[in-house]
Amino acid sequence: MSVRVQTADFDVAAALAEMRLASADIGAVVSFIGQVRDINDGDTVNTLTLEHYPQMTERMLASIEKEAQSRWNIVNSLIIHRVGTLKPLDQIVLVAVASAHRGDAFKACEFMMDYLKNQAPFWKKESTPDGERWIEAKTSDTEAQERWQQS
Amino acid sequence: MNIKVLYFARIKESVNYSTEEIALPVDISNINTLKAFLAKRGEIWADLFSGKQVVRAAINHELVDDMMAIHDGDEVAFFPPVTGG
Repeated sequence: MSVRVQTADFDVAAALAEMRLASADIGAVVSFIGQVRDINDGDTVNTLTLEHYPQMTERMLASIEKEAQSRWNIVNSLIIHRVGTLKPLDQIVLVAVASAHRGDAFKACEFMMDYLKNQAPFWKKESTPDGERWIEAKTSDTEAQERWQQS
Repeated sequence: MNIKVLYFARIKESVNYSTEEIALPVDISNINTLKAFLAKRGEIWADLFSGKQVVRAAINHELVDDMMAIHDGDEVAFFPPVTGG
């Protein structure tokens, strides 16, 4: 299990290969990549700036990995999240999970992403032709996390 | 009791700084009473901390609810609902 918070871009192929090749008991790797969109709420997005709370971020992401590991049979997991100023098409986040069988990896990957969205202390501010604005938290993201509490 | 308080994102921009040391009066013992204490600092603070806005709190890097007790030397953080990913 590992967590990286960084300004630099990341190489998904290299990260997944490292995870996959670490152990022959891995039969499945599932990954999610989030990228910056060029339009949000009908407005053009020039840049997206991510602020975070160092120390708490790493701690929260590690606890999300640990929670996923307690719920499913996971061999390994990885979260990479970028901070700083990004532009459309830039990668923001990678969540990857390796397991013996695909079911665990699919579920754990979605779970980790839903929890990250609601609990990890990151905040997005977008720059549009009309100026800068903070992105509001979405109710749909909260609901996505709550699904996992019912099951 | 002395604590360190951190502000993030929209809240940091509103109060215009990111961190401060506060010597708390003895009757401030949890997040709830700390918010009420901060709300008395002026209009900007009242807007943020009197309950009109959702303000999340963390103590020593753990998310906490408003009834969580504060102790000497704690690092308390206030921030809006998170929007990462």
